[in-house]
Amino acid sequence: MRVSCTVNGIERYGYAESRTLLSDFLRHELYLYGTHVGCEHGVCGACTVIMDGLLTRACSTLAVQSEGLELTTVEGLAEDESLDLLRQLFSVNGALQCGFCTAGILASTKHFLNKYPNPTEDEIKDMLTGHICRCTGYAGMVKAIQEFVDLSKEGSQ
Amino acid sequence: MKPAAFDYYRPETIEETISLLSEYGDDSLLLSGGLSLGPMLNMRVARPSVIIDINRIKGLGGIAKIENQLKLGALARQANLTASKECHNFVPLLTEAMKHVGHYQTRSRGTVGGSVAHADPSAEIPLCAVTLGADVELMSLSGKRAVPADDFFVGALETVRAPDELVTAINFPVYKIGCSIAFEEISERRGDFAIVAVSAWVGCKDEEVSVRLGFGGVEDRPRVLEIVDFEIRYDRIIEQINDFVDELAPLEDRRATGAFRKQLARHLGKKVFKTALGNSEFETNK
Repeated sequence: MRVSCTVNGIERYGYAESRTLLSDFLRHELYLYGTHVGCEHGVCGACTVIMDGLLTRACSTLAVQSEGLELTTVEGLAEDESLDLLRQLFSVNGALQCGFCTAGILASTKHFLNKYPNPTEDEIKDMLTGHICRCTGYAGMVKAIQEFVDLSKEGSQ
Repeated sequence: MKPAAFDYYRPETIEETISLLSEYGDDSLLLSGGLSLGPMLNMRVARPSVIIDINRIKGLGGIAKIENQLKLGALARQANLTASKECHNFVPLLTEAMKHVGHYQTRSRGTVGGSVAHADPSAEIPLCAVTLGADVELMSLSGKRAVPADDFFVGALETVRAPDELVTAINFPVYKIGCSIAFEEISERRGDFAIVAVSAWVGCKDEEVSVRLGFGGVEDRPRVLEIVDFEIRYDRIIEQINDFVDELAPLEDRRATGAFRKQLARHLGKKVFKTALGNSEFETNK
């Protein structure tokens, strides 16, 4: 069936069976390869996107569920200039190595900072438990997000 | 790791949903947050011929205090429960337990009704429901009923919900202010399924002191120990915790043997009881 949704501000459509996963729909119908597929059972967090304002594991969601809804994937975050600084800080703090998990982590971080603009270290660590990264050991991500929060505060003063 | 084929329905009202359930009942599964069902479909542990997606039903996601109950709509997202002031004020045990429910990412879509209907033995929301004596509201074409949580859960992923019934709400009793609570669990990593989770509620019933301790992840469903007495005798309560845990029929899996689960249950039972008592205004009689 035909599935229409707004992805990163642009109205898109593609075709899906009722069993087609949202992750496969994004990659194979809409050619948005930024959403990565890791474990495909909702554990690793690599496929995390924002759908209808909620963080969503795209691999555990059906494409048909997105009908008429707004989605944000890592490609949409790439055009978000306010996140340029976060990406730069991920880079300088060694918050990624292979980058496979990063797409999901950036989506989560964006959603998390909207809700908690001033998080504690413990809250950041708690948020990151929803992602699996096999390269970094997470310390760089915590540091990058903390620096982003600090610099954003300075910038807004 | 892809689901087998099924037909997909997306009702927008409760009426539409229960008539679909009466038609497809046994062959259908309800989809809410999808955090458990999604992986089960992918791994083909679940192979329903019909999926009924209830995410678009309006008016099923509220959290509100109605008389002496906190009513949680089945579609209330777990993240909304975490942030709910009503929940914090009227059912603080649930707010405390929510810290252990999945991850920030999964709580965003995960629903209260989904967690209750799924009935994972280690799940925190069912544990709180049993500990506090909540009711599960069910609806089908033949009408409504409310089932006490302790009767609702019958085993691992098994409840008394009939195939044509929809869980519409979970109602938690609101106790008088002055009760105190504690919640602890042990899991492999933060946010993972609990190996053992224990909740405690200490409050007053008429003139008597009531202690309720809920044990999750030990048996195939949450179990509760209730002690009502005129005074709190610390040593006697510890003895009762030990006796209660001894009688449990524990699960065994790769993470923990039955004996280890019982040991954790005794340890956490004493710990949460101490914490809850320490937070309360009751005096102990050692």
